[in-house]
This record gives sequence, C-alpha cells and structure tokens, in this order.
Amino acid sequence: MDYLTLLQVLDSTVRLATPLLLACLAGLFSERAGIFDIGLEGKMLLAAFFSAAVAYVTGSVWLGLLAGIASSMVLAGLHGLASITFRGNQLISGVAINFLAAGMTVLIAQDWFKQGGRTPSLIGGARFEPITLPLAETLQPVPVIGPLYHDLISGHTVLVYIAFLCVPATWWLLYRTRFGLRLRAVGENPAAVDTAGVSVVGLRYAAVAICGILCGIAGAYLATALQAGFVKDMTAGRGYIALAALIFAKWRPWYALSATLLFGLLQAVALRYQNIDLGGVVIPVQVMDALPYILTVVILAGFVGKAIPPRAGGEPYVKER
Amino acid sequence: MTAPALELKGISKAFGPVQANKDISIAVQPGTIHGIIGENGAGKSTLMSILYGFYKADAGEIFIKGEKTAIPDSQAAIAAGIGMVFQHFKLVENFTVLENIILGAEDGRLLRPSLSKARKVLRQLEQEYELHVDPDEIIENLSVGHQQRVEILKALYRQADILILDEPTGVLTPAEADQLFRILDRLREEGKTIILITHKLREIMEITNTVSVMRRGQMTATVKTADTTPEQLAELMVGRKVLLQVEKAPAQPGKTVLEVENLKVTDAKGVARLKGVSLDIRAGEILGIAGVAGNGQSELLEVLGGMIPGDGVIRLNGAEIPLSGQGANGKARRDIGIAHVPEDRQRDGLIMDFHAWENVAFGYHHDPAYQKNALFMDNAALREDTARKMEKFDVRPPDPWLAAKNFSGGNQQKVVVAREIERNPDLLLVGQPTRGVDIGAIEFIHKQIIALRDQGKAILLVSVELDEIMSLSDRIAVMFDGQIMGERLPDQTNAQELGLLMAGMANDGGAA
Repeated sequence: MDYLTLLQVLDSTVRLATPLLLACLAGLFSERAGIFDIGLEGKMLLAAFFSAAVAYVTGSVWLGLLAGIASSMVLAGLHGLASITFRGNQLISGVAINFLAAGMTVLIAQDWFKQGGRTPSLIGGARFEPITLPLAETLQPVPVIGPLYHDLISGHTVLVYIAFLCVPATWWLLYRTRFGLRLRAVGENPAAVDTAGVSVVGLRYAAVAICGILCGIAGAYLATALQAGFVKDMTAGRGYIALAALIFAKWRPWYALSATLLFGLLQAVALRYQNIDLGGVVIPVQVMDALPYILTVVILAGFVGKAIPPRAGGEPYVKER
Repeated sequence: MTAPALELKGISKAFGPVQANKDISIAVQPGTIHGIIGENGAGKSTLMSILYGFYKADAGEIFIKGEKTAIPDSQAAIAAGIGMVFQHFKLVENFTVLENIILGAEDGRLLRPSLSKARKVLRQLEQEYELHVDPDEIIENLSVGHQQRVEILKALYRQADILILDEPTGVLTPAEADQLFRILDRLREEGKTIILITHKLREIMEITNTVSVMRRGQMTATVKTADTTPEQLAELMVGRKVLLQVEKAPAQPGKTVLEVENLKVTDAKGVARLKGVSLDIRAGEILGIAGVAGNGQSELLEVLGGMIPGDGVIRLNGAEIPLSGQGANGKARRDIGIAHVPEDRQRDGLIMDFHAWENVAFGYHHDPAYQKNALFMDNAALREDTARKMEKFDVRPPDPWLAAKNFSGGNQQKVVVAREIERNPDLLLVGQPTRGVDIGAIEFIHKQIIALRDQGKAILLVSVELDEIMSLSDRIAVMFDGQIMGERLPDQTNAQELGLLMAGMANDGGAA
C-alpha cells in the first residue's frame, strides 16, 4: 500500500467516523446525565430524512440542517418526557423511537416524493460542499506533509470540522464548567444534586436536548454531506455502533474520538478492499462489510476490560422520603 | 432570651390517610444540641424532610431566628442556613471531596475559581472545627466516618447555622462515633445549632441539651436531657414501660452443637471475605459476632446458611456438613436443623409482594403438613399455621393475607423470626435481628431468642449494634477483615476494648 492509498483510506475513515463521532458524543451527554439512549439511531434517521427533504424543497442545505436538528430534538423531547417526566423505561422509549423513525421516514418520503421511500438526489446548494482549507493547493507539492494536508485534513465538509471540534468542546464543558460538574453528578447520584438544591429534571432535559442537537447534525451529515439524499434505513445501525463506541470509550470524549475513528477505519477498509486475497483464500466482501458489526458485538460482550457506566444510568429519579 | 434558632409551630403533614406529623411545635435555642427521638415510623424523617424542603407541610409555620420562613425546596432551606446530613450520604462517589463540596454551590460558570476558593475555605473550616479531610481524595476511597465529615463540611461550606443529622451513628464504629460527637461538641461551642435525630437513647443522653420525643406523628414531650432518664424516654417513645436491659439467666452450655474449622470464603471478584475462621457453639449458648459491617460477618452467616459456598470444615452435632456443591443450600441446611434469620429480611428473608402466609412457607414448603396430596399444597393448613404463628409472635396486624411489604419493619422481622424459631432448630443463625425494628419489637425479639437458648439450642448472633451483642451474648467474638480478632466474655469486657478489636487494632492471636 503506497502513501497516497493510505491517505485515501484515512480520508474515508474521517468521513465515515464523523456521524459515529457525533452520535457517540450525543449518547455521551445523555448517558452521563443518567438517561440511557438507545434511540440515537432513530433520531439520526429522522434528522437525515427531514434535512434531505427540506434541503431539496428549499434548495438550502442550512435550512435542511436546521430541520434535521429540529426533528431530532422532537424525538429527544419525547424520550425526555417518557423517561424523565413520566419515569418510564428508557430502553423501551428508545426502541419505540427507533421504530417510529424507521416507519415514519419511509412513509412520509413516499407520500411527499413518490420515489419509493427516498428523497430526490440533492444537487448544488442543497448539499454540503467540501471546504478547501487555506494554502492546501499551494502546499500540495511539498513531500509527505503536502498530500497529508491537502488530501486528509483539507477537503471535508464543514460538518466534519464541527464534529471534530465537538470533542475538545465536550471535554471542556464536562470537566471545566459548572454545568459539566452537575451533569456528571446527576448521572452518578441524582440525590446529591437534588439535595444541593439543583434541579435534576432540568439538568437531564438539558442533556437530552444536547443529545438531540448532536444526533440531528449526525443525521443531516449522512443525507446532505456523506450522501446526496435520503434513502430508507440509511443510518444502517450507526446509532448502535455509536453506543458500542461509547462503552468502548468509557463515556469519555477523547476516548470517544479514538473509538469512533477505529470503527470508521474498519468501514473504510471494508469499502476499499471488497475482496481480500490472502494467499489463495479469498475473504468475501460480506465478511469485510460485517467487520464493524462484529467488532460491536465483541465490544459489547465485554472484551475491552471493565467499563463502568454512570451509576444512576437508566434509573428514573424518585425523591426518597 | 434570644429568639430560638429554629422554631416550628403546628406542623402537620398527611400522606393519604396516614397522619405522619400532627401539630408539631418545637423551639431550638442557638448553640445547643437538640435530640429528636422516636421509633421507626414515628414521623422524624417526615419532619426533617419538611424542614429541608422535600415536602410541603399541610399546615404550620417555620421560624428561623425569629423570622417566619417558607421552605418550598432544598434551595430555600440552604439559603435559610439549614444543612442536612442524611443517613445515606448524598455524595457523588467518584468525585473528589472538593468537587462534592462545591456541587450546587459553585461561584460561577467555570469550575476553576470555585475549586480554588473552596480549597481555601476548607482549610479554614478544618482549623476551626478540627475536621480533617484530604480535599483531593475520591469519596469512595474514604472511610464512612470521613465521608460523613464531607457531608458536614458541605453544610458548613454553605454557611449552615442549623445542622440536622439523621441517624448519624448507624454506620460508624464506636471510635468514629466518639469522634463525631467531639466534632458536634466543637460545632456547638462555635455557636452552631444542631438537631440530632436518632433512636439510640445512649446518644441522646451523651450529647444533647434538650430532647423531644415523637410517637405516631406527634411530639409527646420535650425535656431537658439533664432532667430525664433513658427509661423515661423509652417509655415516652413506646407509650408503655420497656425493659432496656435484657433479662436472662446465666447460660447453661451443654454439648458442642456447631464446630467451624478454618472456614474460608472467596467472593465472585476473587476477594477473600473469610480468611480462616474457627469457632464453636454449644447447646444453650449465644455466640455474638461483633464487628463493623463488611468485615466478613455477612459471609459467615451466608456460608453457614448454605447461601454461598466456602472451604473448610463445619460440623453440626459431630456430623460434617458439605460446604459446596450438592447439599450446600438453604433447604439442606434447614432439613438438618439449621434455621437462618438473614441480615437483610427484605432481600433474603421475605418476598415483599407475597402474602404473609406464603412467606411463612418459604424454606419449609416441603413440610408434609403443608401438602394436601402429591400434587397440591394445603394452603388452608398453611394459612392456619401462619395465623397461629402470628398470634404467638404478636405480629400486628395478625392477618395472613396481608402482603409482607404492608407490615412495619418490626412486624416483618417477627414474621421471619417466627418462621425460623418455630421450627425448633438445633442451631439458629440470626443476623441483625433488630435492624430497623422499633424498641417494643426489639424487646420481644430479644426475649424469643433468649427463650430458644434456654431450651438448649445453639445461637449464632451477628449484629453491628454493640449494645445488642453485649446484652444478648454469652460469649462475644469480634471479627475484622475476615478473621476473628479475639473472644471475650460480656461481663469481662467493655465497649472500648471491643471497639479496638473491631477496628483491627488489638489482636490477641485468637485466630490469625
């Protein structure tokens, strides 16, 4: 494998890791506050559809992004209502959201666009275009660094950069601000937050809202940046992979970056090398495609050492007498 | 006279038909320690929850330093200068001391300035009140006594003038409790007002200036501590005369019933919980196991009761009993005459949603007397048997159809004790017989245990209440870190000596 091929694989890794990273950070905010969210998948899917639909109709990808975020936040609000206000089971609420999104997107898409449950292809201003960073063209001839800068670092859509900037931002918010301290505390011991005179419900809704925003960006990225339009079930289990990455990352932002990059790399390799010939034995494409999912199962089976989830995770908070 | 630091006038609170607090009025003078004593369910916790803004009172007024104050939520309570140290600490276990202290009392949006300010204030408080805690230590690495200090520091950091402590010594060793009382004394000297909620008469007599007694939601009396006696307080709490001292004749030990040699238990995480325990109990004798919770007493009970496997040798009446595999389970143990009143009755002793009569069958449901034929159980006979046991053990209400969860703690415990004792076992294992049980029921349960001993049965008693161990036991063994630190006779030892053994400080070579 030469240097340029390596760069291409890594470039593709970054593109594929972006939605995982956004969803993973979304889950991080929610779960750190003690709300398990298996509905990342559904929120992304709904956001993907509405961003593509609105971008197609208005011709503005930014309006599409806003619509995606708004639709994702509606589902997040639903999850919050079920699991915070009504103290329901968070897993069931999440599963319901996934089913709702899977069915609703196709139904509405068919009704609006009559193209078999997809949106028309997005062109021009209805899609996020790659950004060429300053000096990328000038530096390209410089050996090693030039191609690295030009091919790998430059040339992504704005959402990719936003996603990667979210990592230090999340870290800073969690560990350096009052909000972060309270958010982490409410996922560990809500009673401590409550007796300190801070609203448990308010904090948890804030976390769920942030989760909705990030899932919305992730969904919009899938439909308007990575691909050009919405197709049925286009999230393809990314929400679940993001959850696995979250466990792998032990609910920490920088680890989340590494974990999602690893999953992104596996997807990139699977895309690039459809059939690998290992001394006469050909590994079929299905095996390669299945790799990220196999890794998910391995991680969830607990082969990554001890990952301690937030202690109050999944438990509705009931004030004790 | 200055205005009281805290005054309650006519506080009432009902939960549905249950009147938890009825027309409660007290006045607490500044710079004093005021005790509130009462049985479980007397309404102490409800009253404190009202003071801390968890519940809204149906009627009544709260005055702080003479000013009428509304306390709609915890924020308002904190602002009014009330600090609360809960029985179960409200700390984030994987945060540092400092982070726990500033949580909810941060100075701005960014943490760094708050943390450095808190560090300074903490140093001052430390000097002022001799409350030493490492600000950068993670809570879960601290001992329970130190975690409690963090709770006190949290309240002081929020500039609390009135400190409420709810059953603060329940989780402490005797030495830690003494330290806590020294801290409270110091706080009183500095002019803080302290409200101490407890059901332990000894603590009330030791440290309070005044004491209020609660019974069934009402404040039955408020007296100066110096003018009262434990007997009088107990009577006010229960509403009748109570024997505080257990009456028992000297033991008449017979042949050895239980022999334990080099018993070892390792838990699922590979941690050694019992590190070679040897002991024996004779017929007609109560062996008390003292120790701070978590030093292997629970495992000792569970392995003897067949709930967990272990290594070593145990013999009942000379016959060896399997410690693992087939034959090492609760039913097999009960079949050979080992009855077990587990430490946590709600987890291991009862199914809370099941009727009393169903609970009475557990462990003995193979009893031929409960079978109608090969297929069906004779539930009517079972209910009759339950009614008889409830009658004999004064379970209130004596209704076999009531679900376990609808009995008070003391009556739940009586159901379990009745089930086990009425089988007339050769060996009774009993853990925390009176945890969460009110004084009246404590007296009754103690009497039953002594009666069983006087019938010539062997009893192994595990309790974290040193008073209980000292008054019931014929011999006392102290456990620390999975080992027996030594054995004492109750009339030849005292709480100080046992306390040292419980802390692992003195070892006379008993087992190690």
